[in-house]
Amino acid sequence: MSAHAFHVTVTGGVTIVTFDLPGEPVNKFSRVVKDEFAALVTQFEHDAAVRAVVLVSGKRDTFIAGADIDEFVALKTVEEATELSRGGQRFLDAIAAFPKPFVAAIHGACLGGGLELALACHYRIATDHPKTVLALPEVQLGVIPGAGGCNRLPRTVGLRAALEMILSGKNIRASKALKMGLVDELVPPAILRDVAVAAAQRLAGGERSRRSGRGGLAGWFFDRSAPGRALVLRRARAMTRKRTRGHYPAPLAALDAVGHSLAHGMERGLSREAELFGEMAHSEVSRRLVEVFFATAALKKDLGVPAPAPEPAPVERLGILGAGFMGSGIAAMAAIHGDVPVRMRDAELPRVGKGIKAVADIIQERVRRRSATRLEGARQLALISGATDYSGFHHVDLAIEAVFEDLGVKQAVLRDVESVAKPDCIFASNTSTIPIGRIAEASRHPETVVGMHFFSPVQRMPLLEVIAAERTAPRTIVTAVAFGRRLGKTVIVVRDRPGFFVNRILMPYLNEAGRLLTEGVPIEALDRAMTAWGFPVGPITLLDEIGLDVAVKAGAVMREAFGERLAPAADIAALVKEGRLGRKNGRGFLRYRGGRKAGVDPTAYGVLGVAPGRAPAAEVLAERMASIMLNEAARALEEGVVRSPRDGDIGAIFGIGFPPFRGGPFRALDSMGPAKAVEILERLAGDCGDRFVPAPILADLARRGGRFYPSDS
Amino acid sequence: MSVGNGRRVAIVAGCRTPFAKAGTVFRDLSAVELAKYATRELLARTEIDPHLVDQVVFGQVVPSILAPNVAREVSLLPQFPRTIPAHTLNRACASSNQAIAEAHDQIALGQADVVIAGGTETLSDIPILHSRRFSTLLVEAGKAKTIASRLAVLFRVRPRDLVPVTPAIAEPSTGMTMGQAAEKMAKENGVSREAQDRVALRSHQLAAQGTADGRLTAEIAPVFVPPRYDETVTSDNGIRADTSLDQLAKLRPAFDRRYGSVTAGNSSPLTDGAAAVLLMSEDAARAHGYAPLATIRSYAVAAVDPGDQLLMGPAYAVPRALERAGITWKDLGLIEMHEAFAAQVLSNAQAFESRSWAEQHLGRSEPVGAVNWDIVNVMGGSLAIGHPFGATGARITTTLANEMRRRSVEFGLISVCAQGGMGFAMVLEVAR
Repeated sequence: MSAHAFHVTVTGGVTIVTFDLPGEPVNKFSRVVKDEFAALVTQFEHDAAVRAVVLVSGKRDTFIAGADIDEFVALKTVEEATELSRGGQRFLDAIAAFPKPFVAAIHGACLGGGLELALACHYRIATDHPKTVLALPEVQLGVIPGAGGCNRLPRTVGLRAALEMILSGKNIRASKALKMGLVDELVPPAILRDVAVAAAQRLAGGERSRRSGRGGLAGWFFDRSAPGRALVLRRARAMTRKRTRGHYPAPLAALDAVGHSLAHGMERGLSREAELFGEMAHSEVSRRLVEVFFATAALKKDLGVPAPAPEPAPVERLGILGAGFMGSGIAAMAAIHGDVPVRMRDAELPRVGKGIKAVADIIQERVRRRSATRLEGARQLALISGATDYSGFHHVDLAIEAVFEDLGVKQAVLRDVESVAKPDCIFASNTSTIPIGRIAEASRHPETVVGMHFFSPVQRMPLLEVIAAERTAPRTIVTAVAFGRRLGKTVIVVRDRPGFFVNRILMPYLNEAGRLLTEGVPIEALDRAMTAWGFPVGPITLLDEIGLDVAVKAGAVMREAFGERLAPAADIAALVKEGRLGRKNGRGFLRYRGGRKAGVDPTAYGVLGVAPGRAPAAEVLAERMASIMLNEAARALEEGVVRSPRDGDIGAIFGIGFPPFRGGPFRALDSMGPAKAVEILERLAGDCGDRFVPAPILADLARRGGRFYPSDS
Repeated sequence: MSVGNGRRVAIVAGCRTPFAKAGTVFRDLSAVELAKYATRELLARTEIDPHLVDQVVFGQVVPSILAPNVAREVSLLPQFPRTIPAHTLNRACASSNQAIAEAHDQIALGQADVVIAGGTETLSDIPILHSRRFSTLLVEAGKAKTIASRLAVLFRVRPRDLVPVTPAIAEPSTGMTMGQAAEKMAKENGVSREAQDRVALRSHQLAAQGTADGRLTAEIAPVFVPPRYDETVTSDNGIRADTSLDQLAKLRPAFDRRYGSVTAGNSSPLTDGAAAVLLMSEDAARAHGYAPLATIRSYAVAAVDPGDQLLMGPAYAVPRALERAGITWKDLGLIEMHEAFAAQVLSNAQAFESRSWAEQHLGRSEPVGAVNWDIVNVMGGSLAIGHPFGATGARITTTLANEMRRRSVEFGLISVCAQGGMGFAMVLEVAR
């Protein structure tokens, strides 16, 4: 690229460097960019006219989004990665040691390498704008801050605050950044540049930035004394181990780097940081996490239909049918993230009132957690109204039904909506088991009927499956995808086959857990095996979360569609008959006290007619449960249920918490190798039954030595 | 035809919250919230494109210090673009009538095509004031430079300074409360206790009937009461279907214990509620596919000496409005008369029917007209339904327009008395 990334101007004796990466929506740091900046810095050093430097962004709402990820993905060896980190560190050392003051004027996102650069500057000013956030998100990609972040951040904000930022990778708002000492000043965007120039002039005149230790005695002890720091690090290490279960090495490496730096000083700290960065950047875990990151980013641009995709229809009014748990969850997301007026319809007024209360609760929870201000919350709630008739439905652009899971009921609601709504109104069903094509049979214009399968609870689950039935029009699909994205969801488009994708691969997994249970494996062993494999909760706990009645119903649908392969083994219906519905009524496989899990309920075994025995090794259990899921994922891909391995991987990770460090079912199959997977499945088929017979696509790949993601091998 | 040479103005739809006795179901809601509720439901039901709305005008009689321009808060509902100008006005109990008249004028003059006009009031959330002396001391303390001088000021506060001042519903110019004024009218016009109680009974019975058959509830937006939302209010809670003349007769006079006849039973109760009406130029209504309920034919306001018979304003405003409309009393098919007090309703009716009153006060040889009670307040009135000062006018307008449509009536009349000796009247005409 010949165009320059930096523009230099001079105001009041202060040199202003504007970072504006050509041809990109945001500023990113790459080797080329760094070299251009480094050349400028050398020039400034010898130019007597340069008294101080202010760094600003030329982008609208980002300062610097971080390092160029493509560059670090291309690294082939640990040494290369370590050298990349070293190069960045040397460059920032030069700025930190620069004889003339550097001021970072931060508006918008200041992330990763961007924040590391700001930390190397002598003074930081941030705008008080909601778009201004600061973070070191490296661990989310399986690496650690590698350009001095592990060294400079604890020295700037103290050990505890630094660990919180580095280990979580979470965004810090500007107001909090000021409070914790991450920035020196907070100003409105309109005067950022002027204040930065004034600060640069002051610093050039010899004034030092005053930054004192914070937090009084406790602050001194935990952040600055050796025994206090040791205590903090030890506790952080223990918590991180527990949280990552040995699957994610980066947070521990970051702790190591920070500890090393504080114990042995900057110089040795920086070289340890570079070493660890190299190791992490080259790890399989980081590979997988970066792939997930890229897949998610690619999905955000994919409207789910073949090019040329039509423009999504604008959704300015939303109708929701059924003010129950799902309906109100969707309504809340629409008000919070979509800023769209929502009309909820249910058969009786008290049900509508309950739905509005559920929306209010979700909004109030956000206000309590400071994700929204009180006034924003009030505005969002004012978008919601409800009725028992179809008033307000004549002009809705999209109607989403979340009524009782029954074909007749859903078709009746569809007919009602079509009798009042405009003809191009899109009707979306939030069914999890009923084919969209069947619902659409009741429609006068089935091309406007689509599935939008949200997951429960809607406010927490990030995935949305958009189901394209045979006759669904592309414009209907793209509108559903675009609206789902507007609600903050990650959206995959799937084919109208029973279970769609997520439940399709979930059911055989849960069935296998049930089968193992009937073979006498204790509940705890099953759950432990899969949490050790990397799932956030085990299959039996998950069954309770889903609801046993729902699981039974879904299980029957899947069996009917796919035969013995997806036949449930355990007699969960017997538990349901006993009135055990899972977490929602406080009785399932587990006990609940005050809404919290209180251990396995041993009486469940009796109801199922099984006696718990000794548990086989966790690996053996995990192999059976995971393999059957991976195999079903391959079948689903073969049937075109997902359009690509990428969609399947994202669906599994965001839909059921498939371990991100494994990259999703298809990445997992690729990393073990299809041949190895087939070998395992064939062995299991021999030992346990035909349900493990490898999917033809998998067998084929094994034969040809192929992979699901051939391009990145 | 219309007032002046302007464009014809259509009443497209109206919607209101239930009216609830003060201190009951809406005690935790503010007037702003009630106003937003009514307007939001009006938007949802009419499905009007909010970008078409040119102005929002609301009436409120006892404004909140925290949100004095309630109309602007309404026009900042998230359904609207943020750029709709809005103002709040006060013509006492005729405030939302005045808001509708204002909307009419703006549309007739071509200043606007679509206006939302309404009114709101909560008497559960009235401003309670500190004594003047306490306020003065607080201001002084706020200005003090040192803590010592601040304390010195605060030490001058005496217990009696802390007694809160509750605003009374009294005429500032005469010091007479509304109830006393009604009592005075009853005595001077010879209105009997029994006649008053009969008006009240009729109001409750007709309102109960209108609620039961759904005509009244059709204009009501059910309110799911925050913060618990476990209560759904779908109708006015002051209507007593089971009251009787005997029960009403048992109540003691409230304003003159010895010789009085005005009781809590034949007066309108303190009420919380809000109402909103969508108005458009007839052309705009047609262009956007709305069938108007009625159009505005004329309106008039009048005022009398508050020291005289305070609530006699309608007797002057009505003949003016009829004259402007170019019609006579006999042309009216429906009348909605605000019932502040039964004594006021009967006094107004007396004046309408009296030749000597017409001669003396209007300089006319003929009375305004004889009252045919079969067409007056056919779904009851404020005595039963309640009277949130700022909202009543919009409620009455909506009720009249809807009922005119149901009965295919050509002309309807609105008559409202208001504090300060004022009266308001409006003639609606069937939409063509």
